Amino acid sequence: MSVLPARMPTVVVGCVVTLGLLAGCALESPPEDPPTDAVQPVVVATHDSWNMSKKVLREFTDETGYDVVVQPSGDAGALTNKLVLTKGSPIADVVYGIDNTFASRAVDEGVLAPYTPSDNAGADFEPQATDVAEQVTPIDYSDVCVNVDDTWFAEHDLAPPETFEDLIDPAYKGLFVTPGPPTSSPGLAFLIATISKFGEGGWQDYWQALLLDNEAQVTSGWSDAYQVDFTAGGGDGDRPIVLSYASSPPFTIPEDGDEPTTSALLDTCFRQVEYAAVLEGAENPEGAQAFIDFMLGSSFQEALPDNMYVFPVDPEAELPELWAKYAEPASDPWPMPESQIAELRADWLRAWAELAGQ
Amino acid sequence: MIALATIPVATLLVFFVLPVGGMVTRGLWVEGSFEPLGALEVLTRSRTHRVLWFTAWSAAVATLITLVLGLPLTFVLYRVRLPGRQPLRALLMVPFVMPTVVVGVAFRTLLAPSGPLGALGLDGTPTAIVAAMVFFNLAVVVRTVGGLWEHLDPRREQAAAALGASPWQVLRTVTLPALAPAVVSAASVVFLFCATAFGVVLTLGGLRYATVETEIYLLTTQFLDLRAAAALSLLQLVVVTGLLTAAHLGRSRREQSLDRSSARSVARQLRRSDLPALAASLLALLLVLAPVAALVVGSLKVGDGWGFGHYRALGSRREDSPLLVPVSEALVNSWKVAVDAALLAMVLGCLVSVVVSRTGRGRRERRTLAVLDGVFMLPLGVSAVTLGFGFLITLDRPPLDLRSSPLLVPIAQAMVALPLVVRTVTPVLRSIDPRQRQAAAALGASPLRVLGTVDLPTVWRPLLAATGFALAVSLGEFGATSFLSRAEQPTMPVVIYQLIGHPGADNYGMALAASVVLALLTTLLMAVVERLRFGSVGAF
Repeated sequence: MSVLPARMPTVVVGCVVTLGLLAGCALESPPEDPPTDAVQPVVVATHDSWNMSKKVLREFTDETGYDVVVQPSGDAGALTNKLVLTKGSPIADVVYGIDNTFASRAVDEGVLAPYTPSDNAGADFEPQATDVAEQVTPIDYSDVCVNVDDTWFAEHDLAPPETFEDLIDPAYKGLFVTPGPPTSSPGLAFLIATISKFGEGGWQDYWQALLLDNEAQVTSGWSDAYQVDFTAGGGDGDRPIVLSYASSPPFTIPEDGDEPTTSALLDTCFRQVEYAAVLEGAENPEGAQAFIDFMLGSSFQEALPDNMYVFPVDPEAELPELWAKYAEPASDPWPMPESQIAELRADWLRAWAELAGQ
Repeated sequence: MIALATIPVATLLVFFVLPVGGMVTRGLWVEGSFEPLGALEVLTRSRTHRVLWFTAWSAAVATLITLVLGLPLTFVLYRVRLPGRQPLRALLMVPFVMPTVVVGVAFRTLLAPSGPLGALGLDGTPTAIVAAMVFFNLAVVVRTVGGLWEHLDPRREQAAAALGASPWQVLRTVTLPALAPAVVSAASVVFLFCATAFGVVLTLGGLRYATVETEIYLLTTQFLDLRAAAALSLLQLVVVTGLLTAAHLGRSRREQSLDRSSARSVARQLRRSDLPALAASLLALLLVLAPVAALVVGSLKVGDGWGFGHYRALGSRREDSPLLVPVSEALVNSWKVAVDAALLAMVLGCLVSVVVSRTGRGRRERRTLAVLDGVFMLPLGVSAVTLGFGFLITLDRPPLDLRSSPLLVPIAQAMVALPLVVRTVTPVLRSIDPRQRQAAAALGASPLRVLGTVDLPTVWRPLLAATGFALAVSLGEFGATSFLSRAEQPTMPVVIYQLIGHPGADNYGMALAASVVLALLTTLLMAVVERLRFGSVGAF
C-alpha cells in the first residue's frame, strides 16, 4: 500500500473544482417551470412522434394566455394505456394522438370527457359510434399503404404490384417487408386493412400465403423495415416493396430530380385518424378545450404535414407544395369500425402471432 | 455505519419498491378482490415457456461470451504496455451510450441480406441478438475487472512463475482467484443487462424471439393485460433474487485482501505468450468497431456521394427538419441530465459501497449487509416498463407528487447507474486490508480520517471510472427518458429516435450523424476520465 501521494493536494483541489462545476450544472438543470402569470398551463399528453414548431404553440399562448406543456408518452398504445392506468388522477388536461385503433378502449374505460368544438373542421372523420364521437375530436389522419420503389421495378423490368392479391403473386416473392402488427402501429393498420378486405374467415389464409409462400419479411418497427430493408430507404436494402404511408413518396425525390422514385399503392390503405380529447378530471378543462379548438385552426392544421407527416382533417387547410403534388390520400381506404377493433384486436394479434411464429 | 445506508434505502423504497409494488398489486387485484393465483395462469401458457427459455439461454450465452472476450481484452488494456490503450479503453464505452434503436439498425445494416455481412445469413437469428448483447456489455467487464486488475501486485504471479508454474497455471491459480470477486460482479451485472435487454431484442429478433422484458412491454402497452405482466414481473424478481444470492455466495467465498501495486510497474511489455489474449482482444474490438464503423460510413453518405452534409444539418433549423430543437441543444439537455444522474448515482452508490464493504460484527449484521448489497442490484433485473408505469400510478399525489417533475428522468437513470457504481467501487473497497483501517483507528484517526487516508487513495480511480459509467448510462438511456421527459427538452437519444422514425434518406443520415456525435462525445469524455487517472499515476 502506498502512502499518501505527494501531489494529493492538487488532486483534491482538482476534484473539488470538478465537483463544483458539475454541481453548478446540476443546480441549473431542473428546467425552470415556465413562468406562470397566475395562468394555469395546459398539459398535453401525446405520443412520442409529437413535433410542433414553437412558433405555432406561441400563437396559442398569445391568443389564450395558456402555456403549453407537452408530455410525450410512448406510442399510441402506450399512451392510451397510460391514460387508463392513471384514471382519476390524469397525467394531463388534454390528450392528442389516440387513434381509431385505440379510441374505443379509452372511451370504454371512461378516461375521456365529452367535448365537441363548435367549429368541427374534421366532422367527416368522426368515428361512427356516437358515444365515441362525442368525446373525441379528429385532428389529423394518415393513410397506411404499401409503397413500392418504382426505380427498382423499372430496372428489373417488372410491373410493380397494385393490390393485396398481387403481394402473394409468386412474381413478387421475397420482395415485401412490413413492420409486425403487435409491435408497430402501421403494422397493425395493415393487418386491419387485410382483415377488412378478406374478412374474418379469409385473412389468416392470406397472411399464410404472404409470409410462408411469398416470404414477406416482418420487422419489429417501421424504421427497420423502411430504413434497413427497403431498397429506397436510407440503408439501401434489398426489398422494393414496403409498408409505409401515402405521404412517404415526396421524401424520396432525389436531389437532382423533381419526382419521387417511390409511390404508394392506394388500394391497400387503412386510414389512421388521430383524435384529441379532454381528459376526465382534468385540472384545466377550459384550457384543454381551447387547445382542441386551436388544433383545428388553420395555423396548427397547416403545420401538421411538415411537423408530423400527417394530413390535416380540415379540407380547407393548405398542403405544402410537395404534398399537394405527390402525397395523395386514398380515396377509398379499407374501413373497420372502432368498436370492432377494440373488441377483437387482442384476438387478431394472438392469431397473427400464432401463424407468424410458425 | 449502517445508518449511512438510510438515504439510499429510502430512495430505493420510493423510486423502486413503491412503483413496482404498485404495478404488481394492480395486476393481481382483479375487480376488487385479490387473486394472486389467477396470475399464475400466464406461467402455464406455452408462449411464456418459450419466452422464459429464450431469455435464460440467450442471456447466459451472451454473458459467457462477454467474459471470454472481455477478460483477455481487460488484460491487454490494463496490464500490457501497448500504444493506444488509453483511447481504446475510452472507445469501448461507446456501445454503452448508443441508443438501442440505432444499434439495432446498425447491426441490421451490416447483417441484412443486402449488407456487407449478409452472406453470413445472421439476420434475424439468435446469434445476432447475442452478438449485440456482447457488443453492449463488453465495457462492463473491462471496466469492472480492469479497476482491480490494474493494481494487482504482479509479485505473486512472478513468484508462482519462478517456482515453475506455467503461464496457464499462474492464471488459474493466482490471477483468476484474485480477480474472482470483480469477475463475478461483472458477470452478474452483464447477465441482468442481457436478461432485461429490450430494444435490441425487439429490433434484431424481429417478432420471432421474445424475452420476458419484451413480453412485459407488449402485455402492458399493447394488450393492457396487467395480470400477466404482473406475473412475469414477479417471476423476474424471484429469479433475480436467486441469481444475486448465488452471485453473493460465489463472491464472498473468494473475497480476499489484495496486495496492491502502483500502475506504473504493473503494465509490462508484450510477450509472445500474450498472443492468444491479443487475438481474443482483436476479435472483441472488431465486434465493437464494426457496427460503429457502419454508422460512421452511413452518416457520411450524402446522396450518391460523400460529405459532411448530415453533420451540418444537425446544427441548422432546416425548414423541413423533423427536429424540434437543433442537435446542439439536445446535447446540452443530455449533458445536464447526465450530470444530475451521475451525481445522484455517485452519492448514493458511494454510501452503499462504504456500508456493504465493511465486515459486519456478528452474523446478523453480516447478513443485513449482504441483503443490502443485493437489494441495490434489483433495479437492473426488473422490467423498465413496469417501473415506468409504476411511477405514473404511485408518484401522483403529495408528498410524492413527482410524476411530472423533470427530476424524475435523472432519478430513473440514477437507479440504473447505481448498481454499476456499487459493483465498481465495492470490490476495490473490500480488497483493502481491514487491518490498515484498524491500525489507523488505533493510532487515533477518526472514521472520516480513516476513510480519507486509507480508502480514498485506493478508491478514487475506481470512483472516476464509476462516474464515467454513470455518465455514459445516462447519456445513452432512452427507455425511461422517452417515457418521462418533456418534449421541449429532448435528449440526444430521443432526437435520434425521432429522426430515424421519419422517411427520407436525409433523416436517416442525420440520425446516424447524431449517433456518431453522441459516440464521439462519450469517447472524449471517457478519454478525459482516463487522462485524469493517467496524469495522477506519477504521484503514487
